[in-house]
Amino acid sequence: MTPKRRKDDERATSLEHLLAAKEIAIVCGSGGVGKTTTAAAAGAMAAASLGGKVLVVTVDPARRLANALGLEGFGNKEKPVPPDAFKQAGVEPRGELWAAMLDTKESWDALIHLHAPDAATAQRILENPLYQNVSGRFVQSHDYIAMERLYEIHTGGEYDLIIVDTPPTRNAIDFLEAPERMADFFSSRFLRWLTAPARSRVINFASRPFYQIADRILGTQFLQDISEFFMNFQTMYDGFVERARAVDRLLHDRRTTFIVVSTLEHVPAREAEFFIDALDERHFPLGALVLNKVLPEYFLDDDATLVAQRLCADAPEVAHAVESLVSNPQMVPPVLREVGESYLNFQVVAKREQEQRSELAKVPEVVATVPYFDTDIYDMGGLLDLGFQIWGRHD
Amino acid sequence: MAPPLLDRKLVFVTGKGGVGKSTIAAALSVLAAQHGKRTLACEIDAKGNLADFFEAGPTDYTPREVQPNLFAMSMDTEASLQEYLRLQMRLPAIARIGPLARAFEFVATAAPGVREILTVGKICWEVRESLEGRAAWDLVVVDAAATGHIVGQLAAPQAINELVHVGLIRQQTGWVIDVLSNKETTGLVVVTTPEEMPVNETIELSQRVEDETDVVLSAIVVNRVLPELFGRQEEEVFEELRQPAAVGALREAVGNPAEPVLEAARLAVTMRRTRAGHIERLRSSIDPSIPLLYVPYVFMRAHGFRTTRQVAEALSAELSYE
Repeated sequence: MTPKRRKDDERATSLEHLLAAKEIAIVCGSGGVGKTTTAAAAGAMAAASLGGKVLVVTVDPARRLANALGLEGFGNKEKPVPPDAFKQAGVEPRGELWAAMLDTKESWDALIHLHAPDAATAQRILENPLYQNVSGRFVQSHDYIAMERLYEIHTGGEYDLIIVDTPPTRNAIDFLEAPERMADFFSSRFLRWLTAPARSRVINFASRPFYQIADRILGTQFLQDISEFFMNFQTMYDGFVERARAVDRLLHDRRTTFIVVSTLEHVPAREAEFFIDALDERHFPLGALVLNKVLPEYFLDDDATLVAQRLCADAPEVAHAVESLVSNPQMVPPVLREVGESYLNFQVVAKREQEQRSELAKVPEVVATVPYFDTDIYDMGGLLDLGFQIWGRHD
Repeated sequence: MAPPLLDRKLVFVTGKGGVGKSTIAAALSVLAAQHGKRTLACEIDAKGNLADFFEAGPTDYTPREVQPNLFAMSMDTEASLQEYLRLQMRLPAIARIGPLARAFEFVATAAPGVREILTVGKICWEVRESLEGRAAWDLVVVDAAATGHIVGQLAAPQAINELVHVGLIRQQTGWVIDVLSNKETTGLVVVTTPEEMPVNETIELSQRVEDETDVVLSAIVVNRVLPELFGRQEEEVFEELRQPAAVGALREAVGNPAEPVLEAARLAVTMRRTRAGHIERLRSSIDPSIPLLYVPYVFMRAHGFRTTRQVAEALSAELSYE
């Protein structure tokens, strides 16, 4: 499959250009690649240099990230990042940065209240044991609610740019299909079939075998819980389907862009590749690829390689040249050898990464590379340092 | 003699995405097989990744021998449901199950725990069958869900118990819980790397496993530990070598700039130091009786069975001190 590219003159050349023209950026990738931090860094840069109101919606922020944003913590409701956080980093932001965390349970409850025909139905649903499971533990509901919340915030018209850090999914594309699946789920004939017996007390012929088996396996009471749950849910059917379709349209809107984050390690890179293909197949616009934790380019330098090889082979001889300059001359050969070997060790990894990178970089309009940060990010300064790395031109 | 960890019947391996969970699961399986144990490696997130670690081609629901003594399978909840219905309900396969499979998809979507119980149930069933002499696994190693979902997976039997009060399922969650909570039989291994987020998640997870599941945390594998380049005296010398005069002299001696190579070593030293801090934090935050097993960073071109073998060797050395 050949992914389509736009003409060169139309392409954004940096993350800055890309985000300046978008209202929604969805940051995705497999777990552990720095997705949340990348989303926050991009948000901080956008607020600092593009201006306007920028919101970062994250799924499960580390406390450190909240601290880096100058917040004690944050919840489902959006919170402004204090301008002081920027000032301490020596930056006068042109716009405002806001942050929110996705609380699945709270968002589901809000959605029920929105769609339920009356307060009593809403209450019945909220109290159903199945609902409590669906909203609290059910992984895919997480995917849907993230996209649903995005829709709600976007239609509220409060923000110029919304950056969404997507939930870690078993399968990175799950959340893209969540709205569609949710619509299918509620419009399915099966749902009506399942709820029919309890409603009419006439057991539909087609459903009999299923019920007989299901009853033996699950027990009648559980089946009643299921029926009741779906019957209550059916009252919200139209609202849900319509909403899920609107969410899907928003994800395909030209104001939305996708940013894939990955490292160049084998497994995440392979998932990123898969994800890039999946976006293309579903006609979602891939805007940028951000590669984190990339080893510095000097690991691929030919002259440096010669130096390292020489240090490994002739450490004692090379050591003569510097012995007079150190306090403990007999230590010089082992240190030089270790320096050479360490370089060559990391070079093996760097070469593998380089190949991985050229494979991944074929499709996206913007490719940004973030070198290995040898320390963790603790404040807005650190976040902006990372932000600068991904912001500029990377052709 | 096999290390105690591998003397169990069932070992779940979890970890945050990207830390090498599958590599460690594969390496533990290889190690067990090398110790003469008839081992089943079961992958739960059916991505088909685990087979790559054995260079064995795609796996499916039927266990297949991929190395001597080592069998691999990948979980398939629908196949598990069919097998369950066939064995427990004496239902003939396929024919009558067609509409049921669709229905299952629905119930599984609405009632969480159904999918998980079919997964965990199948695994525990293999173990129980072996314990009772009807199947021949000495050890089942599970490449389980990532840290975010493992508690849900392991706690599924109780979750089902809360929802379903009578019926066949209810009877069956009982023995599944028995297998899971047997400390001699069953263990959980959490894989992490010495980095901030994975360590945070590991600390949180170890607490949640204790509070919310019946499974005992048997070991934490710290993967990709960087080598220590220098002792204290060596590091002093290294710092002196980074001074301009020494860098100049080195350049003269080797005929090319020495800065990149020195800078690379400095990066390695700092990375190692940051990571050592995370290991210390991990050690001080979890129960001292839980062993930490260190697996060195593998600087290798390969990522297939060659890597698995290297990691298995490293684990073997660590486990011998357990």
